[in-house]
Amino acid sequence: MNKPLDIIVLIKQVPDIEKVKFDFKTGRLDRSSAEAVINPFDLNALEAAVRIKEKIGATVTAISMGPKNAEASLRDAIARGADKAILLTDIRFAGADTLATSYTLASAIRKIGSFDLVICGEKTIDGDTAQVGPEVAEFLGIPHVAYVEEIREVNKDGILVKSKMGKHYYTIALRFPGLITVTKDVNTPRLPTLRDKIRSRKAKIPVWNADFLSDVAEINRFGISGSPTNVAKVYAPCAEKRRSRIFHEDLGDAAEEIVSVLRELSIIR
Amino acid sequence: MDYRDILVFAEQEDGELHQVSFEILGKGRELADRMGVQLNAVLLGWRVKDKASELVYRGADNVFLLDHPSLRDFDVIRYSRNIVKLVKETRPDIFLIGATRIGRTLAPRVAAALRTGLTADCIDLDLDEDANLIQIRPAFSGNIMAQIRTKTRPQMATVRYKVMRIRERDTRRKGKIIKMEVEVIDETGMKIVEKTRADEVNLAEAEVIVSGGRGLKKPEDFKLLQELAEVLGGVVGASRPLVDAGWISKDHQVGFSGNTVKPKVYIACGISGSPQHLFGMRDSDIIIAINKDPTAPIFNVSDYGIIGDLYEVVPILIRKIKNELRRSKNGE
Repeated sequence: MNKPLDIIVLIKQVPDIEKVKFDFKTGRLDRSSAEAVINPFDLNALEAAVRIKEKIGATVTAISMGPKNAEASLRDAIARGADKAILLTDIRFAGADTLATSYTLASAIRKIGSFDLVICGEKTIDGDTAQVGPEVAEFLGIPHVAYVEEIREVNKDGILVKSKMGKHYYTIALRFPGLITVTKDVNTPRLPTLRDKIRSRKAKIPVWNADFLSDVAEINRFGISGSPTNVAKVYAPCAEKRRSRIFHEDLGDAAEEIVSVLRELSIIR
Repeated sequence: MDYRDILVFAEQEDGELHQVSFEILGKGRELADRMGVQLNAVLLGWRVKDKASELVYRGADNVFLLDHPSLRDFDVIRYSRNIVKLVKETRPDIFLIGATRIGRTLAPRVAAALRTGLTADCIDLDLDEDANLIQIRPAFSGNIMAQIRTKTRPQMATVRYKVMRIRERDTRRKGKIIKMEVEVIDETGMKIVEKTRADEVNLAEAEVIVSGGRGLKKPEDFKLLQELAEVLGGVVGASRPLVDAGWISKDHQVGFSGNTVKPKVYIACGISGSPQHLFGMRDSDIIIAINKDPTAPIFNVSDYGIIGDLYEVVPILIRKIKNELRRSKNGE
């Protein structure tokens, strides 16, 4: 039998964005206000990896950089079908912008050594930059396709993916080693079974720190010291003044008024 | 040599320039004038020389033209390698790229190769007293705004489509078109095997958008909104729950995780107005909201609010608009 593919899935633990509160005084998220979950787009990335494993055989490794408690998300990833997980945690990784984050993740992938495919979610819901995937690809010196909406074929040498960019759908043959970032359209992630959850509790999750990566990376390029960007200020967006005319009784009058507005704007000519 | 000048990535597809490139040229011109530096554009493609003058008309002082068959379609390796080389040679202080999918695929690779900072999806740009770039972007679903600064050079940012003003096209503007040598890369590990036109609604360019939210009872009821949109020459939008439920395709989604729109008229039907939705449409010229619930947040951002059932209000609107159209056609 052929050697199974080595697939790496990058995962971020994020606060549940619908529930999390923001502290304007400190400019920080109050992470205790909402439970932490796997970034929703990363669930699609993981599902894509697990489907490839089911189809042609693969070892799926989930990697996350974050605080110690991000281990919970990696256990969840194992319950959802990852074979292994690695947690990158160190105070020296903290305060990283996308460049330092990507460098750290790419260094961990280097440390693992060989791989065929890296899969990431198109973006995270908290940072919303969509930069980490492509930056990791650049640091690893491998090609990447972003915004993958469909995986058409996969074999030992490469993957055929469909991505929408500009005014077209592009079907692209990507040779391994490569990286893709996936959108929510790529699949519907499955829920872990109870048995998988129990199994995941027993999994050993190695923790890697900055020193452990020192043979493949420069430590000063991690975390805050390796981050060229910083948030200088945060504030609430100012609301624009609107006319705010409210109608609630005669709908006919309301419609008349709106028709005359549309006429003024030359929408109705 | 110091870093100076502003560079803008001119995005083209099939020789057609993307509007966002004109928008960032508009903003770039303003910043360059304040800094007393030049505004340059980089254009990659094949047989796109005539487009280079368009960039001058829109504000560029110099256009670096990389014209080669290998650059006809977007290939992130070929594009990023050539751009990285140009940036190393020309050392811009600021480098702006449209936050389209192509831009957001390309910019991070260039930033990583240059080991410089990149700020995603800016909605405004400003300068501090020392002419450092202040990058303004929304964070946390648009609930807050953040100002980002970059220590390294060039200061790179992607800029959201439809938020910056386009400068008027001035065909008398003079600028230099500088033909650059293209590094030809045969093998990139990627190959386009099929390219098909995406037949999708373009919300970003629509003048009128009629959007539906959870007030809609079933997917078929989009027909009602479609009819209103049609009589106004507009298109249909939707809030995220309806897209997630599969009632309508993602290209119709308005909001933080969908499209940011800026039409002349936005009609929100049965949309309560979550911060995520408001983020995507609050810059519309005129906002009209129809909702049964008088406490719906959408009314706080509306110019005209109708408290009522959309199933009652929309048909009345359609009828009145049709009457009005008939009247103008008859020259009354």
